[in-house]
Amino acid sequence: MRRIITGAGLLLALAHAFAQDIPPGDRRSGYEQMGRETRAMQDDDSANPATFWVLEGETSWSKKTGTANRACSECHGDAAASMKGVAARHPAFDAKRGRLMNLEQRINACRVERQEAKPLAYESRELLALTAYVARQSRGMPIKIAPNPQSQPSLDAGRALYNRKIGQIDLSCAQCHDQNWGRHLAGNAIPQAHPTGYPIYRLEWQGVGSLQRRLRNCMSGLRAEAYDYGSQELVDLEYYLMWRARGMKVETPAVRP
Amino acid sequence: MLRILAVAAFYVSGATAQDAIPDSLTGAKGDPARGRAIVANRQVGLCLLCHSGPIPEERFQGDLAPDLAGAGNRWTEAQLRQRIVDSRKLNPLTIMPSYYRTEGHARVAPAFRGKPLLDAEQIEDIVAYLGTLK
Ligand code: HEC
Ligand code: HEC
Repeated sequence: MRRIITGAGLLLALAHAFAQDIPPGDRRSGYEQMGRETRAMQDDDSANPATFWVLEGETSWSKKTGTANRACSECHGDAAASMKGVAARHPAFDAKRGRLMNLEQRINACRVERQEAKPLAYESRELLALTAYVARQSRGMPIKIAPNPQSQPSLDAGRALYNRKIGQIDLSCAQCHDQNWGRHLAGNAIPQAHPTGYPIYRLEWQGVGSLQRRLRNCMSGLRAEAYDYGSQELVDLEYYLMWRARGMKVETPAVRP
Repeated sequence: MLRILAVAAFYVSGATAQDAIPDSLTGAKGDPARGRAIVANRQVGLCLLCHSGPIPEERFQGDLAPDLAGAGNRWTEAQLRQRIVDSRKLNPLTIMPSYYRTEGHARVAPAFRGKPLLDAEQIEDIVAYLGTLK
């Protein structure tokens, strides 16, 4: 009897050890696991509270600011044309600065260098609004992350972070999002963690938040010390998650429970 | 591959020796009523985040783990104690946290550093409660 149990345990362990990435055909956005009402909120711009942030972002886009007294629109023109696809390919490696930058960091780089204004704080309403407005221009486009030799180390680092057990609870992202997606942690369906819709309006937050806020939430849930906003680790994780979701469609601004 | 070999070696050698912790961690018997309250509390026991159990007043129980009903039939108290103290001794890949282990954790938030998820008395209370689930 003991032998049979040991054998079964071994098989189970082997099955887990070989646990692979989610096959491309099985990937789903968190949207597909939401209830009908929450989906309806996302589907209808006039019911989606994130629309307020998008509209505010549109206002910021053409507002002169900083010592240079310039607006985003003076350099970039109509966002519907110039910003189309931008969110679908971020984070992206910036050759000039020699580092990977996410969309918020890209927006802040323009603020500091071209508008000569102070960078906007992470999770500030204005940065979320501008990011939501810019990302909105990619809605419906496939996520396109193509690592190159310079960004490959970030992809590898992001993957390592995703698979690393952290916190007093001692679980990795993969243990929930690759191995247990679709099951329920208390009442909450575990999504596959595809960052298709950021910034999102989250019902639990009663507001819009960034992908980094979401990642930090999961880390705190594990009773781990969350990485700082803007840290290399969080940008690497964002990059890995976007690569993992490559080909899936941008939903920004999404709604999540 | 090394990891798989290690796991395999572990299963062949250690499984039975690690299956049970016969002695109470406190030297005393736990209190099943307190144990039930800890299991039911999602900030303290966390059990119902993953498990379901015969605690009808708690809605939204998890479905990541076996139902706790009948745990006292399936396992002796010594086996239950091992499963709470360090489930990963039995199955290194399980998602069940090791409630009485403090080493080997990475990036623990300052408020929880060096502390186990539950203390010895709480674990004995839970063991006593699970033992009543027949
Ligand atoms: C114990 C389970 C668990 C672990 C471990 C975990 N998460 Fe999550 N995660 C969830 C749940 C559940 C949700 C859904 C939101 C909610 O209900 O809190 C979620 C949501 C997310 C989302 C949002 C998906 C969407 O559709 O918008 C992302 C991204 C994410 N997690 C990434 C991560 C990363 C990265 C890690 C590791 C640092 C991690 N998670 C660790 C349970 C977990
Ligand atoms: C993050 C998920 C998680 C949490 C939290 C958790 N468990 Fe578990 N537990 C599991 C899983 C999964 C198993 C299945 C065995 C395995 O994976 O090796 C399990 C197995 C068990 C077993 C043996 C299985 C059986 O037949 O009944 C008992 C008893 C148990 N858990 C009790 C508890 C108690 C009590 C708590 C809280 C103090 C708890 N668990 C918290 C995931 C969890």
